[in-house]
Amino acid sequence: MVKKEKVIQVKNLVKKFGDFVANDHLTFDVYKGEIFGFLGANGAGKTTAIRILCGLSIPTSGDISVAGFDAYTQTENIKKNIGYMSQKFSLYEDLTITENIKFYAGIYGLSDKEIKQKSDKLIQKFNLSDKKNKLIKSLPLGWKQKLAFSIAIIHNPKIVFLDEPTGGVDPITRRQFWDLIYEAADAGITVFVTTHYMDEAEYCNRLSIMVDGKIEALDTPENLIKQYKVDNMDQVFLKLARKTNA
Amino acid sequence: MKRFIGFLKKEFYHIFRDRRTLIILFGMPVAQVLLFGFVITNEIKNVKIAILDHSKDEITKQITNKILASEYFILDKNLSSDNEIESIFKAGNVKEILIFENNFAKKLEKYGKANIQIITDATDPNTANLIVSYTSAIILNYSNRLNVQSNVPMQIQTKTRMFYNPELKSVFMFVPGIMAMILMLISAIMTSISITREKEMGTMEILLVSPLKPAQIIIGKVMPYVILSFINAVTIIVLGMYVFGMPVQGSIPLLLAENVLFILLALSLGILISTTTDNQQAAMMKSMFGLLLPTILLSGFIYPIENMPIALQIVANLMPPRWFIIIIKDIMLKGTSFAFVWKETLILVAFTLFFLIISIKKFQIRLE
Repeated sequence: MVKKEKVIQVKNLVKKFGDFVANDHLTFDVYKGEIFGFLGANGAGKTTAIRILCGLSIPTSGDISVAGFDAYTQTENIKKNIGYMSQKFSLYEDLTITENIKFYAGIYGLSDKEIKQKSDKLIQKFNLSDKKNKLIKSLPLGWKQKLAFSIAIIHNPKIVFLDEPTGGVDPITRRQFWDLIYEAADAGITVFVTTHYMDEAEYCNRLSIMVDGKIEALDTPENLIKQYKVDNMDQVFLKLARKTNA
Repeated sequence: MKRFIGFLKKEFYHIFRDRRTLIILFGMPVAQVLLFGFVITNEIKNVKIAILDHSKDEITKQITNKILASEYFILDKNLSSDNEIESIFKAGNVKEILIFENNFAKKLEKYGKANIQIITDATDPNTANLIVSYTSAIILNYSNRLNVQSNVPMQIQTKTRMFYNPELKSVFMFVPGIMAMILMLISAIMTSISITREKEMGTMEILLVSPLKPAQIIIGKVMPYVILSFINAVTIIVLGMYVFGMPVQGSIPLLLAENVLFILLALSLGILISTTTDNQQAAMMKSMFGLLLPTILLSGFIYPIENMPIALQIVANLMPPRWFIIIIKDIMLKGTSFAFVWKETLILVAFTLFFLIISIKKFQIRLE
């Protein structure tokens, strides 16, 4: 892995809603082609941070750059260079596979020729040529999820944000989904992923764990397990969460 | 621009693939207008009337024959005294009574003037109004012909009394009313539902993260409904003209422009509703109770605003459809020009801007 180029740089990110501090001086970097796990209990401030990194929300203070663009003034440029997929399923159920591909590729400004190429490639890759004119709602959930991911990176973004992408999916499909994530990372797309599954967390190159608006830990999964003297990520997570609750 | 067209295309896929949406969009307006139209055209055929002829001369007979020959009216009974009037109305079959004063022909010849009293059962005000206007027209037609024959100007005066409902409202209330209702329903309910559906499905997040600007997303969502609602407005006007015989006295471009304005108003309300809810069910309920009922009850569509208690009259003034109905009535029936409806138009514009500004504010808060 090339650890030189930083695609996300965050220094002392603070986001306040009135008196409530949702993000309290977050500092971290994410490198190109890395799979970066962004963990934390519900309400720890993950979503707020992701929204800022996606250009949906303006931070209160701190220096943030995403894909080389400033999170205060260049949100439009950020949006063009990222992909996003959320825990809620996000393709249109009443559109066919091809129409969904065309639509999403279209809003990212791909040319007709590119759209045609990409969509042919995608349909071939998933062996969907006999189903390409079927409505999305006729597909099983696992397939939808995989398609949604492929469509989220159809415009070759520098970074793709995955907000609990595997919620409600069976373990086999989850494994296949992670194969797609690795494939994307190998192709140079940085993957920024949140999850509640600790076995998934161990698939990441590096992890950050947020507790109450702060980043409590940031390292590779192996190092974190060593550092906290436990057997697996699950216990690391519990230890950190318990520490603040006590 | 290409992105935007792609977006519009997608919206039309949504609309044309959802049978329920299609029925609401196109079935409902036609069904409603035809329903109202059918009921009303049916009632003005074969209306039962009674005649109380105090004179029984040549001219009253001619008028009676002319009225009965028109196929709008059927003679139910010849009355012999005023006492029967009340009881025959109470029996319920007869909708109108014509009373010729005594010595009708003589008075007409001598003074050039004679009176016919028309009494109607106005429990159904719209029918009553129609009956009276039909009867008056026939009598007027007869008296005009009479004048051609003689050189002394003769006048037959009709005196109308509406029983049971002296403050009669025009039958043509229906078309503007239905128009207001349908445009409100389709524009506001459909947009609020289609926007909240994106939120519910999680696709709204994806759109917001994409390079599309929020304004583009909103306009893209709303634009198809502007077009479809406009088609509906035209359909209602055309149906109104042919089914109801509704006149369009004023300028058609002005009429259409006012319709577009009202559609925009309803859409901005739809957007506003969608910013306050996250699911389709809630959006539907809010639109139904917040928009549909007031549109029907407080806009003057069915119940005259003048008859409401002061408090409700004030509330009614805050209902946009109320002003729209006034504008449409003035343009269609009175043929007034923009100079006479600019105030109401301005009110509609103000409402639209108000709703849009609040929506934008709310939308921005959500983005925070």
